[in-house]
Order: sequence, then structure tokens, then C-alpha cells
Amino acid sequence: MYLVVEQLLNGLQFGLLLFLLAAGLTLVFGIMDFVNLAHGSLYMMGAYFAATFVAWTGSFVLGALMALGATLLLGIALEYAALRHLYGRDHLDQVLATFGLILFFNDAVRLIWGPAGLALPLPVWLTVPVQIIPGVYYPAYRLMIIVVALAVAALLYLVVMRTRVGMLIRAGASNREMIGALGINIKLLFTLVFGLGAALAGLAGLMQAPILTVQIGMGENILILAFVIIVIGGIGSIRGAFMAAVFVGIIDTMGRAFLPDLLRKVLSGAAASTAAPALSSMLIYLLMAIILVLRPEGLFPVAKR
Amino acid sequence: MKKAFWLAGAMALALAQPATAADSVKIGFVSTFSGPTAVIGNDMRNSFELALDHLGRKIDGKPVEVIYEDDQQKPDVGKQKTEKLVQSDKVDFIVGYIWSNVLLASLKTAVDSKTFLISANAGPSQLAGELCSPYVFSTSWQNDQTPQAVGTYMNQKGVKSVFLIGPNYAAGKDMLAGVKSTFKGEVVGEEYTVWPSQLDFSAELTKAKNSKAESIFVFYPGAAGVQFLNQYAQAGIKQQIPLYTAFTIDELSLPLQKDNALGVPGAQQWVNDLPNEENKKFVADYRKKYPGLRPTFYGAQSYDAANLINSAVVAVKGDLTKKDAMKAEMEKVNFKSVRGPFKYGNNHIPVQNFYLQDVVKDADGQLSLKTVATIVKDDQDRFHDKCAMK
Repeated sequence: MYLVVEQLLNGLQFGLLLFLLAAGLTLVFGIMDFVNLAHGSLYMMGAYFAATFVAWTGSFVLGALMALGATLLLGIALEYAALRHLYGRDHLDQVLATFGLILFFNDAVRLIWGPAGLALPLPVWLTVPVQIIPGVYYPAYRLMIIVVALAVAALLYLVVMRTRVGMLIRAGASNREMIGALGINIKLLFTLVFGLGAALAGLAGLMQAPILTVQIGMGENILILAFVIIVIGGIGSIRGAFMAAVFVGIIDTMGRAFLPDLLRKVLSGAAASTAAPALSSMLIYLLMAIILVLRPEGLFPVAKR
Repeated sequence: MKKAFWLAGAMALALAQPATAADSVKIGFVSTFSGPTAVIGNDMRNSFELALDHLGRKIDGKPVEVIYEDDQQKPDVGKQKTEKLVQSDKVDFIVGYIWSNVLLASLKTAVDSKTFLISANAGPSQLAGELCSPYVFSTSWQNDQTPQAVGTYMNQKGVKSVFLIGPNYAAGKDMLAGVKSTFKGEVVGEEYTVWPSQLDFSAELTKAKNSKAESIFVFYPGAAGVQFLNQYAQAGIKQQIPLYTAFTIDELSLPLQKDNALGVPGAQQWVNDLPNEENKKFVADYRKKYPGLRPTFYGAQSYDAANLINSAVVAVKGDLTKKDAMKAEMEKVNFKSVRGPFKYGNNHIPVQNFYLQDVVKDADGQLSLKTVATIVKDDQDRFHDKCAMK
């Protein structure tokens, strides 16, 4: 029983982290109609900034906040210098250009920080496991990821659903020519949205850094999951990204946790241990395939036109 | 027509190239030079280059040409690069291979062309058994041997039960099988993770904790090992269940693992402080040539590979067509290895000692590995019976 609770928490934590990444991606993809493969690079930059600033300041919280600001600025600079020239082009051009950016960022990081990667150590107060219910201990830092991601989700929901900027963002998602015609400075709006997306990616990166290591190319594997999530959730939908991310996180973790034991009941031990990881990593793609068949627009599609 | 003529001319020239280059020793070096595990490939290259420096950049008076190829840690890319080295570069030796799955994919190409292949790291069980070949030598080990030594050490410590965690690929399976073959206690659980993409081990760690095992054994090379140790410490399991490792803590990962690695034992056939003259020279010169870096077992094995090649070429006086004589020479291990003396088994896998290594703070306050004891002496891998060579 405790095992299930803990694994659920593991899944929730993983899912919420994926949400941070997917939310930024779905903002940019859904609203600006821009395919940004370099979203994972911004995630990586967030982690590198955090490792650097935490080492400089000696404070985890301060370093993390500085890294968040740095990725926001980097995102805005990137949009201003390179990406805004690509909005009118078709998706294939955008894929090519942002793929180029991945290579650029990877080599830039190699030049600046070297090939070996960095470590982002946690402050002592975040390394102790916390007792959440009697008998169940959970790593404090992972608990903090859950809290931070939930707070960001709530904030994002309020901004998008309750503010004027949010209204424009939603209007932009449905029909961008129209809000341009209404006299809204769409260029500025897009720059801000892209900066927000970058900051979310940076936040995901810096939150994940102490669990994983900070290394070149760390955004590439996880970006695929983020794309899966926005496809499942419905492109451009924050709510969809949230639900799908939690879904994917829990399914992935539960698959890894319980599939091997289930398979061992039908298969021989060796075959089961080999097949289980392969199968469990396929689970989310299976889920995506099923959802694409049943609801090609995703679970929570944004109404178009 | 004219165009075809020029083309034919150019092709003839290109084909003529290898004939003029026959006065050098050509070595193809396949390793991982991009992505997160590039640090391992770099260390292997650094040590190989250092060995060539020590040989005066010449083998039996001939200049040495090394072609480095990046396998990107992918079996299909490794196979392509091996084919290129064998078929168009026509190398005399192929060295390298960090990953067992990359080596297994590339093996046939080398063996079919009768090009000597020296594995400076990967040691899949198949290589020691049914896929052994007269043209293949190892300067490392068979994958099972190191975890077998860890299992033996756990018996010595009186450990009663273990939970095994490792990646789902050739080496991961060999490693866990290796522990199981010597460990006398109970194996309460066994988890394989997706390799190399899965980096969050929360589900596996939770299971290990709940299994009530007395110990955990883990195999994660490179950055994944750093992440595993991080998460193991953060989950608070470090205080409850001791960890035993193979290939998870080395001089490359230690600077990132820091105190998380303290007190975690592992086994190795080479540790930086082994007290023989060749090793002292290797370690000292490496640190001189590459300031800020420390050699690893990956590098030590590459260093040995260069010397093994040297011994073979010197023995046939540079006549690289005498393959049988070269093979016979290599089987004698007629060079001084940085790990100290070893000999080859019938399957060209070293029969050697395995040492218990511990993490300590060295004189300049940095974490380093230290040899504590010899766990097994003259250990031969358990697959040599399945090798057709006797």
C-alpha cells in the first residue's frame, strides 16, 4: 500500500516536471504556431545557469532565481535576434532552424563550461526525506518540485484565464490575424510569450538539475516527452498540457514500478526483466496513439476560429 | 565522356592511396566523442595519445596514424564507422569501444575482414564465449568479472540479501548476472531501466527501499551513475541500505558525485594507485600532459592497447601481413601493463586480479580512488569454456 502511494508521488512529481517543460512548449507552439525544437536547449541553459549562479552566490534559492531571470532574458534575446524572422515561414523551415539552434547551444555550452557537465548540489535542508504520512518518507526536494510546479500551474491558469494579457494570449491561440487587426502589438506579445515559455523551460531545467546531472544535450530526450504531452493534451492548451503531463508521469512511473512484477507472472524471470523496461517505455506512446485515434485534436483542444 | 575520364582518374588516385601509405601503422579508434558520455571517449583518446608519446609516436620505426571515429553511443553508428575504417581506410588495427552493444554490432565487420580488434573497454559475455575470435583481444575484462568480484566481497562482508539495479542492455544484463553468479545470499529484486534515456530512478529506488533488502548493487557507467548516487542520497536510502557498485564511481564521475560517493565500495582491475613503475609513469605523465584531469580505468585500458599493438608489430618487424605471428605474440602479453602482470585466457580475455576500491580524500583535498585489498587473484571469466579456441 505504502509502495503504491510512494510510486504515485514519484509519478506525480515526474509529471509535474514534464508539465513545466510542456507548458512553455505549448504556449509557443499553440499560440505562436512556432515549432521550437530548441525548447530543450533552454531547459539545458536553465540548468547550467543555475549550477553557475548557485556556485557563485552560495545560495540555492538566490541562484535559482537568477537562473530563472537569465533564461527569461535569453529567451527574449533569442526571439528578438533569430526566431521572429521565422514566423512567416512554414514548419519545416522552423524545424531546421531550431534544430540548428540545438547544435549551436550544445557547442556553446561545451565551449563555455567544458564537456564534463556540472553538479548542482542541494542545500542540506532539502536533502532530508520528509515523513508525509506515517511510514512513508519522501525526498524533500522532490516534494518541493511538486509544490513549485503546482504553484506555477495555478499562476499560469490565473494569468491565462483571468488577465487581459491572458485574454490576448487565448485570442492569439484562436485567431492571430484578428488580434493583430484589433491594434494589439502582436510582436511584443509574441516576444513576451516566448520569454515566458523560455523561463518555464529554464525552471524545469533548474529544478531537475539536482536530481539529474547538468550536462550537454540533457534537453533532447525529455523534449520528446514534452511533445508527446502537448499532442495528448491538445496543442496550445495549458489545461491539456497539465492533465496530459500528470497522466504521462504517472503511467510511466507505474509502468516501470509494477509491470516487471506483472510480467513475471506470465513470462520467465529473465524474459520479463528484459521485456518490462522496453514495454513500460512504450506505454506512453501507446497512450498517445490511442488518443490520436479517438481524439485527433488531443484531450482538450483549443477552439480554432 | 571527358568527365568520366577525369572521374576514373580521380578514383584510381584515391585507390592508389593505401599502397603509398603502407609504411605507416594505421589504427582506427572507435569511441564516443559526442553527447554526455564524450568525457569517457576523450579520456580513452588522451591515454592512447599519451601511450603513443611514450612510444616516440612510432611503432617499430614506422609513423603511427590514428583515425578517431565517434560512435555516438549508438550501435548502428558504431557499425558504420567500423565498416568505414575496415573497408575504405584499410586500418591495421581497430581499438576502442566503450559500450557492449556497440561492440557487438561492430564485431562481425572486423572479424570478417581479419582486422585485429582490441576492445579497450566493452566485454560482453558473447565476446568471451561463442563469438570469440583469433583476431579479437581485450585489454579490459569480461563484463561479469568485476561484479563477480563485488559479489565475492559482499560474501566476505556477510551480506545476506541484495537488490540489483542496472540498465537494460548487453552490459547491464552481464553485470547483474555477474553478481548473481558469486553472491551467496538472496537476490530479493532485480530492476532493469531503459538505456540510455532513463535518468530518473525514483521508481526503482522506492522498490529497493520497500524490498527490505540488506544491500543494493548498482551498475551505471558515466553520468547516469552520478544521477543514481544523487537520487540514492536524496531519498535518504544511503543511511538505511548500503550500496555496492561496479563501474559507477570512477575518476571522471567523482568530481560530480562528491561526497555522495564516499564510503561506496567498488571493484576494479586497475586503480590509479597500483604500485608498479609503468602505472606511476602513466598516471604522473597523464596529469602533466592534461592538467586538471585524472586518468581512469578506461584510459589505462587504452594505454595497454597501444602497447599491445606495439609488441605485436615489433615482433614481426613491421611486416603487418604476418597475422599469425602477431596473434601469437599478443597472446604472450609481451609488454608491461599498467595494471601489473596479466595473462590471456584461451579466449583472449585477461586473467587478472580484481581489487577493492574505496573513495578517499587525497593529499590535495580532492576525492580519489584507492586500492584497499585484492578481492580475487588471477580471475578467469566464466565463459571461456564456450569459446571454440582452445
